[in-house]
Amino acid sequence: MSAEKAVGIVLVSHSGQLAEAVADMARALAGGGATAPVATAGGTPDGGFGTSAELIAAAAHTVDRGAGVAVLADLGSAVLTVKALLAEGGELPDGTRLVDAPFVEGTVAAVVTASAGADIDAVEAAAREAYDYRKL
Amino acid sequence: MLGAEFFHRWMIACGSAVDREADRLTELDSAIGDADHGINMRRGFAAVTDALEKEPPATPGGVLMLAGRQLISTVGGASGPLYGTLLRRAGKALGDAGEVTREQLAEALNAGVAAVAQLGGAAAGDKTMLDALLPAAEALGESFTAAREAAEAGALATVPLLARKGRASYLGERSVGHEDPGAASSSLLIAALAEVAG
Repeated sequence: MSAEKAVGIVLVSHSGQLAEAVADMARALAGGGATAPVATAGGTPDGGFGTSAELIAAAAHTVDRGAGVAVLADLGSAVLTVKALLAEGGELPDGTRLVDAPFVEGTVAAVVTASAGADIDAVEAAAREAYDYRKL
Repeated sequence: MLGAEFFHRWMIACGSAVDREADRLTELDSAIGDADHGINMRRGFAAVTDALEKEPPATPGGVLMLAGRQLISTVGGASGPLYGTLLRRAGKALGDAGEVTREQLAEALNAGVAAVAQLGGAAAGDKTMLDALLPAAEALGESFTAAREAAEAGALATVPLLARKGRASYLGERSVGHEDPGAASSSLLIAALAEVAG
């Protein structure tokens, strides 16, 4: 993977710990060598549960390498805040998109795919496919 | 005609109403939500009030856009992006006009409400803020008082409904019998509008 061109991944959760844990697990499962940049925006700036537009924007700028940023979100306000920021324009780096995927499985798929050097369309497709993996 | 100053006063009145009713909103939200609606709305509108005082925009649209921006950044719950989108889209619809008519505001509010419906994927009768906002925006074409009454009636009408969106929807039948907190806060914002209009 050429680190300069990697798609960035942002995890938005109501919980800082949850976002960090999912990021750690995805990095571990992506394994072997450098992984794509992953940043988290979990909880509120004061450490409570909730969603922070500020943290989301900061996380997206942190992982932006010019190849696009894939955002995965957990529930309710996490999803709505990302959508509102995207609709506003100018808040998130160009090429940022909200990916419609399950949070944990989608993140693992996105990080593995991005770490392999795939473009944002492929990262998004991989994350979305996680919905098709039935457990029963 | 309604100028920037009118919109500024509306937003300040929203802040006062939300502050005054924060406990009731949180109480409603503790019945079917996660018990933070009053706190979240108070934080959001305190930021709106601050921002408007620091750099008061010169147009009605500017006031609503700035207020919406603050709500999206500071509320911390789903009401932030939803109300933020409502005000921003309404502000955008007003453009850079220095003054607007009530009819133009009604049109802009309808555009904002449509944007909220799209963002949240909800419709009338889902037991959400839309149940107060949709009839209010419609009635604003008639008068400020009609809008206030429509919002109040819409909020009360959410009591027997089954929640189909958001956290409350997980409760199924247990969501029945409680007023929706979002509809209640929407009703406050419309009442603040009627109050400022006199």
